[in-house]
Amino acid sequence: MSGAPRPGLAFDALFAPKGVVVAGASSHPGKFGFVALHNLLASGYTGAVAATNRERVDVLGVRSVADIDDLDADTYDLVFVCTPASANLDLLRACARKGIRAAFITSAGYGEAGEAGRAAERELVALADELGILLAGPNGQGVVSTPANLCAQIVAPFPPVGHIGVASQSGNFVSSFLNLARATGVGVSRAVSAGNAAAVGVVDYLEYYADDSHTAVGLAYLEGVTDGRGLYERLVRIAAKKPLVLLKGGATAGGARAAASHTGSLAADDRVFDGMCRQAGITRATNVEDAFEAAATFATQPRPNGPRTIVVTTAGGWGVVTADAITRSELELASLPDDLRAEIDEKLPPRWSRSNPIDLAGGETRDTIPEVLALVADHPDVDAIVYLGLGIQSNQARLMRAGRFYPDHGLERIVAYHERQDARFAECAAAVSASSGKPILTATELAIADPDNAGPAAVRESGRLCYASADRAVRALEHLWRDSRHRARRGR
Amino acid sequence: MATLSEAESKRRLAAHGVPLLDERTAASPDAAAAAAAEIGFPVVVKLCGDAIAHTTERGLVRLNLADVAAVRSAGAELFAKATPDDGPVELLVAPMVRGTRELIAGLVRDPQFGPCVMLGIGGVLAEAIADVQIRLVPIDRVDADEMIDQLATQALLGTFRGEPAVDREALGAVLLGLSALAEQDPTITSVDLNPLIVSPADGRPLAVDALVEVAS
Repeated sequence: MSGAPRPGLAFDALFAPKGVVVAGASSHPGKFGFVALHNLLASGYTGAVAATNRERVDVLGVRSVADIDDLDADTYDLVFVCTPASANLDLLRACARKGIRAAFITSAGYGEAGEAGRAAERELVALADELGILLAGPNGQGVVSTPANLCAQIVAPFPPVGHIGVASQSGNFVSSFLNLARATGVGVSRAVSAGNAAAVGVVDYLEYYADDSHTAVGLAYLEGVTDGRGLYERLVRIAAKKPLVLLKGGATAGGARAAASHTGSLAADDRVFDGMCRQAGITRATNVEDAFEAAATFATQPRPNGPRTIVVTTAGGWGVVTADAITRSELELASLPDDLRAEIDEKLPPRWSRSNPIDLAGGETRDTIPEVLALVADHPDVDAIVYLGLGIQSNQARLMRAGRFYPDHGLERIVAYHERQDARFAECAAAVSASSGKPILTATELAIADPDNAGPAAVRESGRLCYASADRAVRALEHLWRDSRHRARRGR
Repeated sequence: MATLSEAESKRRLAAHGVPLLDERTAASPDAAAAAAAEIGFPVVVKLCGDAIAHTTERGLVRLNLADVAAVRSAGAELFAKATPDDGPVELLVAPMVRGTRELIAGLVRDPQFGPCVMLGIGGVLAEAIADVQIRLVPIDRVDADEMIDQLATQALLGTFRGEPAVDREALGAVLLGLSALAEQDPTITSVDLNPLIVSPADGRPLAVDALVEVAS
């Protein structure tokens, strides 16, 4: 994946089109030509929408025309192409005459389809270049742009609004990341499946995201590397502007063989690729969750200025395991400063741990957690906090609410109190993090075991990720720290 | 691809700050004995020539020679092992350096990413340990430091069995020297400093063996 940059491409037409034409719309709800139009309309796109269909049938209330030539000029700037490859050259010429500046080609039958397909792809690229049309795909799943309410893709889902910019050499990874965005509530700015990347590749999209005000972090899936040196030079510039999270397929011999048959990619020496990422300041993820959670953390937490991490927990065992995870990472399990210990002594009975992890040991009362979080975050020798134990009381509240004694025996009142408290703790973690400028990551398995629990629900409401385990929170925080350290060491 | 002789390899590396032993070439067993006396015993004597890449595998190295007589007889034996394919040959006399810890450093040319600097844990278990850091040329001081910091086997780089910690400043300088060499001379396709012995005296790395390949 690389090639030279292609300046002046009409990315605005792709990501913020004033109007979209679905070429090859179908009235059959099982066909891509239907699904594309459906997804565009159902996700709230408010620009002009038109469709072409040889029989001129109405699809989903959109009056279709037989030809692009029958459309108004200068009304649309993106065409979403579901027509067969053989029709696409004439289609592009007609689009150019109507002022369309970007085309997303979902059609297959190109570079992935033998020598004839490769020839057709070269012809398509040459024509798009001649016409000045940005050519995305072919053989891609589509494009998403939440600032424009644009869901131009032949698959689900449409993600919540957010600041992660996704680009992928494999369309299904776009879906994976978007599904995780939906599940966690941490949203996406733009997402695009590069398909065969005939003219515009993953790195071109990442370059656009690097300067895009809606995007705080790039998140990409890469498989093949063709011009490694060119790739490196471009990624260095991208990563210097904002964090970039990469998931690379084909890191092992087995994966490399699979990649060769998937995208025809040549295997790269993974030790070289890994060193390249370190050198460029790229956050390299090991799997899809790691990649998404790293990006989600960059998008929603302040960056740590150092590695000194404090664990605040309501239960001892979690704290111990989290201390292990921090010690194994490049973070530092900070020693608890004496003055901070003295301040916390004022808030808790003497059985608390009096060291890091700060185990409250059940000694907390109504306001202890918000007060301790604020004391820790405001201490100058603390760089980051991992907070454990959110949602325990609401979990009990759930059982009480579902049991046959509810709402009598005082249950209604205590259930409401527990849920109010957990929501308050989550809000407080976000507010203290924002006011101190330090990351506070909240982790509990309730994030997936019971996403409706008032604790995780309030974390989502705050716009942040509720980590499914302390290990995953530590891993995400380590990614942030490495990024900060890379920038600090290089004066960026 | 052509392999430079050990002496020529080291000459090019020395110009870029790679720490090498005080070693001499000698055209005869007697000259080798004289050189050894100057360097101080014990010494290592190797047979060296442009066409000889794998001295150890061919048994062309004599270690731990303690006096003039031992050097003279080793030199005579090594000359006798030369074959017509070896072309012109000479003896290389070097101080015998012992260290518990061995590293590997070098340059490799990756087909995708071009010239790269490499640092790894060396020794007989190197391949099994597979603890290697690679960066693309050119690297800067921060990259060099990070290569050292990111080796997994950090315990070997601190104080170890009574020996001082690895001199990271000096080791980083070796990596920077390799990067500069690759930038200056694009004909170099690989450099192999194996082993790079960590001196038990001061923790500085010493390139005991060096092999440079150039595009022909």
